[in-house]
Amino acid sequence: METALAADRLHFAFTATFHYLFPQLTMGLALLIVWLKTVALRTGDEHYHRAARFWAKIFAINFAVGVVTGIPMEFQFGTNWSRFSKSAGGVVGQTLAMEGVYSFFLESSFLGLFLYGEKLLGPVGHWAAAALVWLGSWLSGFFIVATDAWMQHPTGYSQGPGGEFGLASLWDLLLNPWLQWQYPHVMLGAVATGAFVMASTGAFYLIARRHEEYGRIFIATGVGGALFASLFLLATGDGQERNVALYQPVTLAATEGLFTTAQGAPLAILGQPDTEAGRLDNPLLMPKVLSFLTYRHWAAEVKGLSDYPRDVWPDQVPLLYYSFHIMVGLGTIFIAIAAVCAVWLMLGRLYDSQPLLWILMLSFPFPYIANTAGWMTAELGRQPWLIYGILRTADGNSPQVSEGNVLFTLVGFMGIYMVLGMLWLFLIYRELEHGPGGQERPV
Amino acid sequence: MIQTLWFCLVAVIIAGYVVLDGFDLGAGAIHLLVAKTPEDRKRVLASIGPVWDGNEVWLLAGGGTLYFAFPALYASSFSGFYLPLMMVLWLLILRGISIEFRNHIDSPVWTPLWDAGFCVSSGLLAVFYGAALANVVRGVPLNASGDFFLPLWTNFRTGTEPGILDWYTILIGVLSLSALVVHGALWVRYKTSGELSARAGGFARGVWWLLGVLTLAATAASFLLQPQISANFRDYPWGMVFPLLAIAGFLGMRQRGELAAFLSSCAYLAGMLTSAAFGVFPYVLPSVARPGFGLTIYNAAPAVYGLQIGLAWWIPGMALAAGYSVFVYRRFAGKVS
Repeated sequence: METALAADRLHFAFTATFHYLFPQLTMGLALLIVWLKTVALRTGDEHYHRAARFWAKIFAINFAVGVVTGIPMEFQFGTNWSRFSKSAGGVVGQTLAMEGVYSFFLESSFLGLFLYGEKLLGPVGHWAAAALVWLGSWLSGFFIVATDAWMQHPTGYSQGPGGEFGLASLWDLLLNPWLQWQYPHVMLGAVATGAFVMASTGAFYLIARRHEEYGRIFIATGVGGALFASLFLLATGDGQERNVALYQPVTLAATEGLFTTAQGAPLAILGQPDTEAGRLDNPLLMPKVLSFLTYRHWAAEVKGLSDYPRDVWPDQVPLLYYSFHIMVGLGTIFIAIAAVCAVWLMLGRLYDSQPLLWILMLSFPFPYIANTAGWMTAELGRQPWLIYGILRTADGNSPQVSEGNVLFTLVGFMGIYMVLGMLWLFLIYRELEHGPGGQERPV
Repeated sequence: MIQTLWFCLVAVIIAGYVVLDGFDLGAGAIHLLVAKTPEDRKRVLASIGPVWDGNEVWLLAGGGTLYFAFPALYASSFSGFYLPLMMVLWLLILRGISIEFRNHIDSPVWTPLWDAGFCVSSGLLAVFYGAALANVVRGVPLNASGDFFLPLWTNFRTGTEPGILDWYTILIGVLSLSALVVHGALWVRYKTSGELSARAGGFARGVWWLLGVLTLAATAASFLLQPQISANFRDYPWGMVFPLLAIAGFLGMRQRGELAAFLSSCAYLAGMLTSAAFGVFPYVLPSVARPGFGLTIYNAAPAVYGLQIGLAWWIPGMALAAGYSVFVYRRFAGKVS
């Protein structure tokens, strides 16, 4: 069971990380497509209709891969984490079932109508179908983040005689204070991915001198979305970090690389955590900033890792520290790129600025990296707990499933997902190659 | 009491899944056999295209419902059936992308590839689902903490050391495949026209005989293996309505009316599944070696508050979902061209 634990963790980390590459674009694009369709409906501009249709095709391919990689996730709680499921299924099963009942039925019912029913439904009906798909995908995100939020900060539960956790209050589960920052933060991360992918595609068309009228629509919409998302990501990230300080103070110390307790603690911009020696090597520090960001008070005391017993430290401090810093660093760069591009856009010079177009075109991988690093921060920061403070990760996996079985199926998933990734790239490439302006072609 | 109610609701959602996703699985399993030309294959896919994804959501909603209503069952069975469940997940992936990606490129290499993926994954899933149900009816070697781990097969005998596959689970797997083949063929017959519809109808009529023989054999074997079934039907004779529904559905499949025959097949599947659920009640996972270790609706359920509040959101949520389904099926009424 000891060695199987590491394999179980890797198994979930791999399938969840790969899966989330797709929903983040789905949820981001869903909002942007509703935006494009709203403009199309209000102005009657055919370009916006065609732009929406083009992104609907990308959406459909992406959605399909998101669905097939998402189905395993719901079952992995039972297959690989049976002791967790047995003790907490009465709580986390609620939100997972709600996702199926309230969002998947909505999404799947209206996606078909959205993709194939534009003529059937008319412009307003089709707009409504797009809006319902958006609602469904964001509800799905809500229930998943609610499940994670409960594992990060359990609320509204009671413990039965056998040690199992039961639901004690549905409202406390759905209005978890952790969720109130985490949910908007995750959704804005998805909007950032959708917006940068759209702007990047537009920049590609302008640089390649193809479909230029659509390229300009994609850039304007994408840059607007990226600026909106990256600014609010900063605000919600700040709220999220203060939740971490409140509910997981040892995780705060680890993400910030703070080993010793300090009044007026500095913010580490760079540096390498050395957990053996208990210090941050080669640091670049901003004095007192961490105290201010965390407690809004320059001289406040922030506790360092060394003030906590080793057995409650997150078990991968360097990985957690780097993930957090990559997320925050990229988030800062996103604000800079989006702000400069937005100013140039308003001055009417963005479409002719080759350097900015190249930056936009090459920007699309980075929100994926930032979203992945953000989830790694959340989940590594939760360690060594599966449910924070009440169930250790080491007590959650399936006792009967051997390491060999877990590794075998992990390798199986890796192979299948590699093929899925290649198919995704191939089909997306064809859509980009065909472009939004060409002959209409049935899907 | 509330545990019994949730047992019924889980049975309903599983039966709903099998009836709905069953026809698109069945249509997939016969895809290469009844649809000979590229046009026919396109029509088979078009007959399930807008609805298959929504049908599969019943599986996810059912899994989630099982998770919170009977967490100990979810945990024990999913980890105990680890290997076959992973294969089911891989087949679901293959099937999903086969349907969704097939029509992106019109090429004599691309489309047959995904047609084959769709057909093979659909057929195998039908067998796996039947075998899974049979494992639950037969029971598994649970230990004192309610866990087990089954190898894929042992000596193909039932007993205290069974495998996932033994003569009984294979029998039910083949029954499941033939039931879904008939179900899917009746759907294709109803939704298409001309030669394709006639061929699907002929297919359904042929396999119907096999289905009858298998149904009889499976019923006899189930009564033999799981004593709880005869005890339940003896103690609560009103439960005979479930097998009677299955028999009526089975006979009704011979009707000339295309919709009536398909609906009869729905009734047959619902009758068979509810009969099985009624037969094992109050067990949700019987134990083969020590009956006392079996999981029942009582020792697998969580605290009562969760089950009560669950009713408050589950019932309106499923009503809403049924509303969307009716809307989509009505938009999509009539034969595919």
